[in-house]
Amino acid sequence: MRFRHIFSETGAGLRQNLTMTLAVIMTMWVSLSLFGAGLLANQQVDLMKGRWYDKIEISIFLCTADVSGDNCDPGTDATDAQKQVIQQTLLSNPEVAADGVYFETKQMAYDEFQRAYAGSPIRDSLTVDQMQESFRVKLKNPEEYQGVVTSVQGLRGVQKVQDLRQYLDPFFKALNFVQWGTIVASALLLIAAALQIGNTIRLAAFARRREIGIMRLVGASNLYITLPFLFEAVFSALVGAALACATLGAGVYFVVMQKAEPAIRSIPWIGWSQTGLAMLGVALVGLVLAVIPTLVTTRKYLRV
Amino acid sequence: MIRFESVSKTYDGQRRAALDRVNVDIDKGEFVFLVGASGSGKSTFLRLILREQRATRGKVFVAGRDLGKLHSWKIPAMRRQIGTVFQDFRLLPNKTVTENVAFALQVIGKPPSTIKRVVPEVLELVGLDGKGGRLPEELSGGEQQRVAIARAFVNRPMILIADEPTGNLDPATSIGIMKLLDRINRANTTVLMATHDSTIVDQMRKRVIELDDGEVVRDQSRGVYGYQ
Repeated sequence: MRFRHIFSETGAGLRQNLTMTLAVIMTMWVSLSLFGAGLLANQQVDLMKGRWYDKIEISIFLCTADVSGDNCDPGTDATDAQKQVIQQTLLSNPEVAADGVYFETKQMAYDEFQRAYAGSPIRDSLTVDQMQESFRVKLKNPEEYQGVVTSVQGLRGVQKVQDLRQYLDPFFKALNFVQWGTIVASALLLIAAALQIGNTIRLAAFARRREIGIMRLVGASNLYITLPFLFEAVFSALVGAALACATLGAGVYFVVMQKAEPAIRSIPWIGWSQTGLAMLGVALVGLVLAVIPTLVTTRKYLRV
Repeated sequence: MIRFESVSKTYDGQRRAALDRVNVDIDKGEFVFLVGASGSGKSTFLRLILREQRATRGKVFVAGRDLGKLHSWKIPAMRRQIGTVFQDFRLLPNKTVTENVAFALQVIGKPPSTIKRVVPEVLELVGLDGKGGRLPEELSGGEQQRVAIARAFVNRPMILIADEPTGNLDPATSIGIMKLLDRINRANTTVLMATHDSTIVDQMRKRVIELDDGEVVRDQSRGVYGYQ
């Protein structure tokens, strides 16, 4: 196999099809950038979910003499026997994390209340005895809270079950929507890019149909005939992917690191490791997008 | 060298057979004319030898190999044994004479040193020495066909197939091309030439295979174009 000749054929093909090559590179650039942005958004959302889910727990508030509930005996606190049943129920639930059950006494709740409202007149409005005892439960998988909630909801002595997730859910729904939105949009663009590559190769094969006809006639191997087209497509894809990687890097640096991170410090932000991962994904997808349509097209048009 | 055993070919979507139970045996070093009206099956006959088409029934052997059983990835190697020349020359217009001939060697992976040595030799053989730097458009029709023959012969194939090689040339030029094909044949290359040119066939007095409606109606050694 003489690669010099193959490379000269590749170069000739790229020059002949300069405008199409540029069109492919630009389409690849934009679609791969969007795809990479989707990957970055995905990782950003995962980071935020991880951080917040870590803090999410289910709170099971118990009855006191002052509060009323369907499972409360009016005028009395939850009894020790009732607490025992609730604790056993929680501990035996497979969704509950190991050491995930924690009991907050009236005194602890009061201390927390004092700390939260330090310096406020409300601080003195409650006594220790008015505070509610509660079980705080951490879950193995924060998404699977429903089973634990229903298992304790009906037990005697449980005044209220509060799950923080219900407040965060709409927010995460919005984030998920953004995640999937970018992925669907970039998938459409990537399909367009793949089709465009297929068409470009078809045009290139047509432009070189005389050469291809002669190559087949004198017995050039299929690989030899296909390689220049494959190299052409791979070249366009790699240039497009390199531009997309540069775009992602610049975006992360200027938008996330320079602007967003200093402005909002309370949430974790993606860094270079996540960006590198996204770039790797972009390069791989770019390569696959170039190779597969080329092989499909050449199989169809360069058949011996 | 080439053997057809009861070969039939029917193209998809056509009821009439392009070739119908053809039996032909061509030995090494023979010069054979393939004659017949347009649509008689000459082109199909040549395409089957090149494995551009497969026989619907029967067997085609080239250089001892059954083309029906040849794996598609082995077709290129098989085609290197066959040189092909066409009526319309099929040269690459943006390449010089030398580059056109060298192209046939480059694409089958021959080393540059071999190409440098072999191409001038074959250009001399076909009578084009000194014209290697010209573009096809700067050559006459006869010269262009010589380039095409040089390209077909440069890899020293065992078989040379010529499909109406004189179809676009005047009689005087055609004689020159026939002399060249005869020289190549004398170098022990099997030459199979499809033609309509009765003068040439009558003058050469070689074996003639006549096809009519896909059937071999005549196979005559030292024959002429039509019946005498």
